[in-house]
Amino acid sequence: MAPTKVLDPENINENIKNLVYAVRGELYIRASELQKEGKKIIFTNVGNPHALGQKPLTFPRQVMALCQAPFLIDDPNVDLLFPADAIARAKLYLSYTSGGLGAYSDSRGLPGIRQEVCDFLLQRDGYPSDPDLIFLTDGASKGVMQLLNIIVRDKKDGILCPIPQYPLYSATIELVGGTLVPYYLNEENNWGLDIKDLRQQVAAARNKGINVRALVFINPGNPTGQCLSESNLRDLIEFCHNENILMLADEVYQQNIYQDERPFLSAKKVLMDLGLPYSKEVELVSFHTVSKGYWGECGQRGGYFELTNIHPKAVDELYKVASISLSPNVPGQIFVGLMVNPPKPNDISYPRYLQESKSILESLRRRAHIMTDGFNSCRNITCNFTEGAMYSFPKVKLPPAAVAAAKAAGKAPDVFYCIKLLEATGISTVPGSGFGQKEGTFHLRTTILPSEEDMPEVMQMFKKFNDEFMSAYEGPSEPFSRL
Amino acid sequence: MRRSAQILAKRTLAHTRSSARVPPSKPPAFLPYTTTATAMGASDGQETNGSSLNGSDSKRSLSCVPWSSSITIDNINPKVLECEYAVRGEIVTHAERLQHKLLHNPASVPFDELIYCNIGNPQSLGQQPITFFREVAALCDYPGLLDKDETHGIFSSDSIARAESIISGIPGRATGAYSHSKGVKALRVTIAEGIQQRDSYPADPDDIFLTDGASPGVHMMMQLTLRNRKDGIMCPIPQYPLYSASIALHDGTLVPYYLDESKGWGLDMSELKSRLEAATASGINVRALVVINPGNPTGQVLSQENQQNIVQFCKDEGLILLADEVYQENIYVDNKKFTSFKKVARSMGYTEKDICLVSFHSISKGYYGECGRRGGYMEVTGFDSDVKDQIYKVASVNLCSNLSGQIMMSLIMNPPKVGDESYELYTSERDAILSSLGRRAKMLAEALNKLEGVTCNEAEGAMYLFPRIELPEGAIKSAKAAGMVPDTFYCRRLLDATGIVVVPGSGFGQVPGTWHFRITILPPEEKMPTIISKLTTFHERFLQEFQA
Repeated sequence: MAPTKVLDPENINENIKNLVYAVRGELYIRASELQKEGKKIIFTNVGNPHALGQKPLTFPRQVMALCQAPFLIDDPNVDLLFPADAIARAKLYLSYTSGGLGAYSDSRGLPGIRQEVCDFLLQRDGYPSDPDLIFLTDGASKGVMQLLNIIVRDKKDGILCPIPQYPLYSATIELVGGTLVPYYLNEENNWGLDIKDLRQQVAAARNKGINVRALVFINPGNPTGQCLSESNLRDLIEFCHNENILMLADEVYQQNIYQDERPFLSAKKVLMDLGLPYSKEVELVSFHTVSKGYWGECGQRGGYFELTNIHPKAVDELYKVASISLSPNVPGQIFVGLMVNPPKPNDISYPRYLQESKSILESLRRRAHIMTDGFNSCRNITCNFTEGAMYSFPKVKLPPAAVAAAKAAGKAPDVFYCIKLLEATGISTVPGSGFGQKEGTFHLRTTILPSEEDMPEVMQMFKKFNDEFMSAYEGPSEPFSRL
Repeated sequence: MRRSAQILAKRTLAHTRSSARVPPSKPPAFLPYTTTATAMGASDGQETNGSSLNGSDSKRSLSCVPWSSSITIDNINPKVLECEYAVRGEIVTHAERLQHKLLHNPASVPFDELIYCNIGNPQSLGQQPITFFREVAALCDYPGLLDKDETHGIFSSDSIARAESIISGIPGRATGAYSHSKGVKALRVTIAEGIQQRDSYPADPDDIFLTDGASPGVHMMMQLTLRNRKDGIMCPIPQYPLYSASIALHDGTLVPYYLDESKGWGLDMSELKSRLEAATASGINVRALVVINPGNPTGQVLSQENQQNIVQFCKDEGLILLADEVYQENIYVDNKKFTSFKKVARSMGYTEKDICLVSFHSISKGYYGECGRRGGYMEVTGFDSDVKDQIYKVASVNLCSNLSGQIMMSLIMNPPKVGDESYELYTSERDAILSSLGRRAKMLAEALNKLEGVTCNEAEGAMYLFPRIELPEGAIKSAKAAGMVPDTFYCRRLLDATGIVVVPGSGFGQVPGTWHFRITILPPEEKMPTIISKLTTFHERFLQEFQA
């Protein structure tokens, strides 16, 4: 008898089997294969700016190097290599911990850095925060997982998620064994929030016996790129208050804003502005990270969440769960500190910091325009402008023949389209079905991160592919792109 | 708790002020909606209350909150409530309170510093990092240094070369990018080579998953193997509570097997067999066996024969062997050496086809003790490729482990070699730390064995001693009266009297009726005599007080 394996794909945890994580799913795996075969791949599937050539900001890297090797600080030649404010900052961070980068910290993170986060929040929102309610994490994803883990008890517990959503949410809800309750963003209204739809979805879920416990919203949106208006945020807060739903605010793209009409507004600020009873009653968790913004320090895995109006005993339990993982990584914690407390106008490093961060943001803004315009120049594609975040999420109208061909190939039509795109051009995107979309519509997500000089060529390749795809499945006609 | 009370008070106040205002306060949780959901939530809460430490307390706090939080202690995930992690548990919480007192009112406590012996966190107690590792880490974080002439005056030449080779192995030279979800391929290659060198058997970089410390790897494996309460994982008792906590969080059943204290915490095969049979008979589907070697908290190093028996047992019974080998470089006795379970299995002739084996390693222990950066790996062998794909999928949801930890892991598996500029410094730093740890382990064990009613096995490896303490009847009674487990009572008294923070044996599990505590051997060597004298004085007074 052939030996049977202890674990086979059939007898592992059901939740893992059911889990789908499209950002690193079928398309990504195919792209990796093609790369191995020697094809040049443009990875636009993950918001991973440094991988596409964005350079790290200099000041934080200098501070980190000094924290890594504290003996440098005592070297007489240190000022040949490092500016004085980086040295001072490294000393400050090392003073926050008894064992430098090499020691576990408090499971919520170093108190000194949590205080820096509070100072930042006060400055950003005008409202005080409590360092004991700030938890530093290994990236925002870990925080989301910790929260969902504590909220979800079983399949009957529902979490409201926007559709389209960032699949971290669907994947984690699946992993912890809960139920995702979708609410749809309105593509025609610039991916705005539709409170009526939200209300209906909650009622429908409750009728099915689902206990709707929390609502996820992503502002600026991923993959949808919209910035929520103040009135939208107010509506959400009032809704969650009335329905007794905890709010999970994914605000990791707060620095990535590419228009001036709707600057980023934190849910905390809008909540506090609303006053009583909301400000004391609505349970809010907001997430932030060093992976996005003009930082893009994805590889560091640094982030935090802030708890507002969360039951103190639940806070204790979160602390306990965090303690099982001992502590978030200390280098990542220091990056959080540096992000919330960057060089100030009179510091030596300020001009360089300002120049680096501005040039990244301005370039991203230009790229957002190039991309949206490029997509909209295709007859069969419509795309809302990327007001914020790092993604374009165009809607692609696929001819019936393409849908049929996809079906014959055993693939969802948007997956079929994205694989063809990948094979023809090397552009690695994520099909809309990975994020969720209205039935019968097809999308894809691409980051706006390819370097600015590559961008025109990337869009040119895309358009050429789309023209060929469309003429192959709709028969020859005039070109599908208007440019 | 004081904090919580304040928050509650604030909330109550807020409500009073707002009560006359429109809009109304939140309705009680779930009331206006389907009764099914409400009833379910309530009954869940009730069950939880029974087993929760804070059950009655939380009820009180709830009743003084006029509105209802949607998330309360009564309606959070009961698996979260169930899990316990004593290494950072109530004694440590109390230590934090004392630390605060010491800062603000030093006269109120009878000691001038807290000595944290609760956790294997060497650098927080003054252990210095290995220079070469930190040089490379600094250069990788700020690669701009590599282009500067001055750098050569400050950094060793091999650290510069190593940093250059690491950075060029990272796609796009981007240490700020998410890596492959298993970790940077080039680093996994280095690690696999290190394993191969250690074991003299091949290792495949694709079997290696880099993780934020060893703990996330353990969680991932538990999550993968546990489907429900009927699935069991065999764990040594005493065990490192990561395992009990992780099994509780993933809703499985811990099947204990006891280590034999009278035989130097050895592992007895008949004990394993009978525990497995008992579990199977009660309907538990035992899927895996955890072995910690060198032992935590018990410090034993398994003999090769013992390891062979364990491998054979897992093979015969179809169990996954989860080998916690994070202390592999912490060996303090000459007659024992570390052998990996993979090497043992392969030298018995068992291949990937015969046994599923996961080996966990970490940068937090050894002579390096780089806890804060959270680096580790698991080497997963013997699994179907589609099962490995599932692990990869779970890893990908969290994108990747932190790069700084990944780089450090590769350095530990490939330290400077003979002939490298840093070799001499590296070996002297390493040997100084390890030999000092050995001396501290010995010193502390001898002192503990001198105490009345205390017996302590020597620490052959790892970072802990786990002495057994005979507690006088009077102490057990007083503990009960104080609502404490007797060993917790002892540890709390020790803390209050001396500032020494240790973890009660009950947090690790022990034979019922026996009492222990875990103490790390990590305080600086020069402090050991003071610690020992404080411990001794306390212990004598404690006995005097309760033997009377």
